Amino acid sequence: MVQINLPEGSKVQKGKYYKDTTGSKNIRKVNVYRWDPSSGQNPRIDTYEVDMNNCPSKVLDLLNKIKNEIDPSLAYRRSCSHGVCGSCAMNMDGKNGLACTKPHAEINGDINIYPLPHLKVKKDLIGDLSTLYKQYESIEPWLKTNTKIESKEIFQSRKDRSKLDGAYECIMCACCSTACPSYWWNGDKYLGPAVLLQAYRWIIDSRDDERKERLKKIADELKLYRCHTIMNCTNACPKGLNPAKAIAEIKKMLATG
Amino acid sequence: MNSYKIIDHEYDVVVLGAGGSGLRAAVGLSESGLKTACISKVFPTRSHTSAAQGGISAALGNMGEDDWRWHMYDTVKGADWLGDQDCIEYLCKEAPRAVIELERYGVPFSRTEDGKIYQRPFGGMTKNYGNGTAQRTCAAADRTGHAILHTLYGQALKHNTEFFIEYFALDLLMKGGECKGVIAWNLDDGTIHRFRSHITIVATGGYGKIYYSSTSAHTCTGDGNAMILRAGLPLQDMEFVQFHPTGIYGHGTLISEGVRGEGGYLVNSKGERFMERYAPKTKDLASRDVVSRSIAIEINEGRGVGKEQDHVHLHLSHLDQKVIEERLPGISESSRLFANVDVTKEPIPVVPTVHYNMGGIPTNYKAEVMTVNDSEKVVPGLMAIGEAACVSVHGANRLGSNSLIDLVVFGRAAAKRAAELIKPRTSHEEISKTETEKCLERFDKLRNANGDNKTSDLRLSMQKTMQLKCAVFRTDKTLKEGVNEIRKPFDGMESISVKDKSLIYNTDLVETLEFDNLIRQAITTMDSAYQRKESRGAHARDDFPKRDDEKFMKHTLLWCNGKETKIEYRPVHKTTLTSDVQYFPPQERVY
Repeated sequence: MVQINLPEGSKVQKGKYYKDTTGSKNIRKVNVYRWDPSSGQNPRIDTYEVDMNNCPSKVLDLLNKIKNEIDPSLAYRRSCSHGVCGSCAMNMDGKNGLACTKPHAEINGDINIYPLPHLKVKKDLIGDLSTLYKQYESIEPWLKTNTKIESKEIFQSRKDRSKLDGAYECIMCACCSTACPSYWWNGDKYLGPAVLLQAYRWIIDSRDDERKERLKKIADELKLYRCHTIMNCTNACPKGLNPAKAIAEIKKMLATG
Repeated sequence: MNSYKIIDHEYDVVVLGAGGSGLRAAVGLSESGLKTACISKVFPTRSHTSAAQGGISAALGNMGEDDWRWHMYDTVKGADWLGDQDCIEYLCKEAPRAVIELERYGVPFSRTEDGKIYQRPFGGMTKNYGNGTAQRTCAAADRTGHAILHTLYGQALKHNTEFFIEYFALDLLMKGGECKGVIAWNLDDGTIHRFRSHITIVATGGYGKIYYSSTSAHTCTGDGNAMILRAGLPLQDMEFVQFHPTGIYGHGTLISEGVRGEGGYLVNSKGERFMERYAPKTKDLASRDVVSRSIAIEINEGRGVGKEQDHVHLHLSHLDQKVIEERLPGISESSRLFANVDVTKEPIPVVPTVHYNMGGIPTNYKAEVMTVNDSEKVVPGLMAIGEAACVSVHGANRLGSNSLIDLVVFGRAAAKRAAELIKPRTSHEEISKTETEKCLERFDKLRNANGDNKTSDLRLSMQKTMQLKCAVFRTDKTLKEGVNEIRKPFDGMESISVKDKSLIYNTDLVETLEFDNLIRQAITTMDSAYQRKESRGAHARDDFPKRDDEKFMKHTLLWCNGKETKIEYRPVHKTTLTSDVQYFPPQERVY
């Protein structure tokens, strides 16, 4: 089982078993972490038998099928269903990812679905991302420019613009940060890969005039240097981005002044 | 209803929704010193603006001569003369300034050789009043919406906007025909919040989810539109639903018009570039309604591709690999993930897919909500912007890249107007408890519903009916059947079931409330479509194939109380806002 942040004093129990009612010969077992804070009960793992003959290809389709046809009480976040909004990040088959882009055919055996690791869980698959959002605010994610003419765009060469590729595409799904052991243990102080990638995005924007101040602000033992180049972040990113490299670049900029 | 814990708030302005328009309004309001709350059912960067790909239109002229009047003409023509030209003038004239502002906020636009904002061709965007292709659509690769949404959220943080995130708005608080605020449910702790505000700005987006197959997110349920209907106000031009020509076959994921803007083209089973027949001048870059209808005709006449011959192919493998990598990386990823296609080698299977709602809450160009009582009247305390609103700048058909510009131009206009209308921190008048009680009664009834009908089944039945009876082509017969059938899932609500009774992250109840919102808009859409006996823009009737300016150059207004609807019309504005441009009289619309 993936390491998740359990409610205080609780133990994960075996939950309900939902047997297939369609008579399908093509069944998969889906084990899902369930916890309802209003119930006062322990978390549990519910098991659903799902008819795969009538299920589209992604894990989110599977969850939607469970919610629509078997158990409407299952709670998870979802929105765009094509990998741009970042809502449906969760842990599937032991790996973090977006349910809407993860094919269930890639998973062998039973399909195990948990919330993102080490987050406080709000309910079922819904994790508490408020700390990460506060950390995002702390890096001041807006352009700081001294240019005063407001009637014209600030010019940027194609070369300078290309430096933002691989950084601005982040969808803040938190797959990377919640895959990082350093973030697990020091998530309240260490900014983590998602937020550091965002910090990097503004540091290297040629239009920004506060590069030095931005660097200084995060040059901190805990905020930045808790990164130990474990690379789980890059491995986890469902958008194929490389936060580990961005963090390394930040460290390099600080080292070389 | 005493069992619900109610927490009261007072704000100068409350913005409902944190997509592109809501955030832009919130930034302007916070800047002007108004105490502003922004309520959203999802974290701001999860809003559906993030899915916009191709770009945002503005006559910057970075890539060849351009003029906002040309942009205006294109928009009027794209709208099939149902747009209000005073509002369209405002949109197109303000557009360049709005894009420059976004750039200065930090949007990572793609660039030209000399470092200016890159602009690409888009459907219906022309030079010199229809003579030649304009490069007017400003792009950040094919992730323009994502880039804008994240940047605007950053700006809102900069200006200390107060957010209420993962709050589900239930109803407007109305008093004597004026809006006094809104009630919302905090999903995180289950409390009910009553916001009193001098102005409430509805920025809740479209309602694409009334259809079975759409590019819309699960969250595109038009909650604000439904609140307007429940407040006894009308929605406008709801029959105009845009089918995007290129949704991925079988999945519905959007493939940007930018693909065709960069040189991609559509092909039928005979290998023909069929758009040459339907739009000799603009071909694959005709407006969306025209391209979608052309695809539908190809499929209906047996020239579709695939086993079922029910879709067409979008080719881009002939494009320079570098162009694909630099300007279309997002759709390459989507095609791989959802169609299992390598776009550098194979065509993408596509089909017209529900994408955008031209209709919505009627407003003037200052974003103030209007109703009709003999003549146009402003509803005090209420504004609407973005896809939720019907200004109307898109009329019967929106041009690609005109939605993102709509968000920021009218988001800004709303903030500006609110700052003119209210003095910061003025006191709020008392409102009676009956409004709160009425709202919570509906909430409580649905929460405790123990019937036999699943929300998901009723929703599916609604979606299938809309898909079947109110599609690209419509007839008297299909619409008449639709008007009857769409009321069945509404009746089904009498015996709906909600399994989860809790108040914390009760997504079962959220989906049921969303269904309650959707079904009202589905009825409104179907009834409006049935009554419009002409073909105009996205509303194509086989039995009335021609536009009928004499009878129907007017906006539909539909009131909907449960299953009962009442229809009225108001004339299209036939004047411009200033003398900077002249009114464009109706012409035949050919591309």
